[in-house]
Amino acid sequence: MRIDTTFATRSQQENWLPILELSVEEVFEIMLGCRVKPTAQSEPQVNREFTAMVGLAGALCGIVTVCCDAKTAGQVAKSMLGDTADSQEQVADALGEICNMIAGNFKNKLAGTDERCMLSVPTVVSGGEYSLHSMADGTALETVLLFEGAPVAVCLQVQS
Amino acid sequence: MDKIRALIVDDSSVMRKIVERSLRQAGIELEKVVEASNGAEALAALQSNTVDLILCDINMPVMDGLEFVRQVATVESAKGVPIVMITTEGSESHVVQALSAGARGYIRKPFTPDQVKEHVLPVLGRKP
Repeated sequence: MRIDTTFATRSQQENWLPILELSVEEVFEIMLGCRVKPTAQSEPQVNREFTAMVGLAGALCGIVTVCCDAKTAGQVAKSMLGDTADSQEQVADALGEICNMIAGNFKNKLAGTDERCMLSVPTVVSGGEYSLHSMADGTALETVLLFEGAPVAVCLQVQS
Repeated sequence: MDKIRALIVDDSSVMRKIVERSLRQAGIELEKVVEASNGAEALAALQSNTVDLILCDINMPVMDGLEFVRQVATVESAKGVPIVMITTEGSESHVVQALSAGARGYIRKPFTPDQVKEHVLPVLGRKP
């Protein structure tokens, strides 16, 4: 689905949050068969044992991340593959693809941006003991949803 | 209907499996599935495999999908084999580049099995 997002090109990046949320909802519904909605940020903290990342370059510079605990990452893989998802590699691959589709779906909804923005191939970090530092000023938008009862955080960091 | 041989090119093994499953859900019987994780691997696979259909991602390491489609034209055994792109890249310029290079169809991720059916069956000369 493509929506009229012309307002996004002329207003503040904070207005991109509903577009990010819609992008997430579509990917979860189509690829995982699960309807999700953003939840209050006061929900239980996201245990970031798995983090998938896709970089944006060009008209839009930044990064999209998807974070969740290991059990939820496994559930994502099982929803995509069925019970054949049994290795750590497949779990990371599945979460990376979800992140890739969210990033692509998001940029495709931004009128005039999709033509001039490139996506990186996904990278997935497992293990929660790390910090992410952006080297440029910018805006961070985050939406948290519940998948199989566990929180999943999707974050868009855009450099100004 | 005749069974077909398909080449699925995507750097994600999960997506390759989902694409294969979607083909089966579209009612396409598969005699053989060849997998490759980038364009260079796919070109190498075409040297030793004859296929009836190619489904290809765009953003991949080593050789991307657009370059692969351009180079497939030089592979004698693959001439005339329909190529359908399946990718997160949804811009009109990517669609135009892919179709200009020789792709016959274009599916944006995320996709449903019905979209695979709608775009793949016609290039195989079948009714969706």
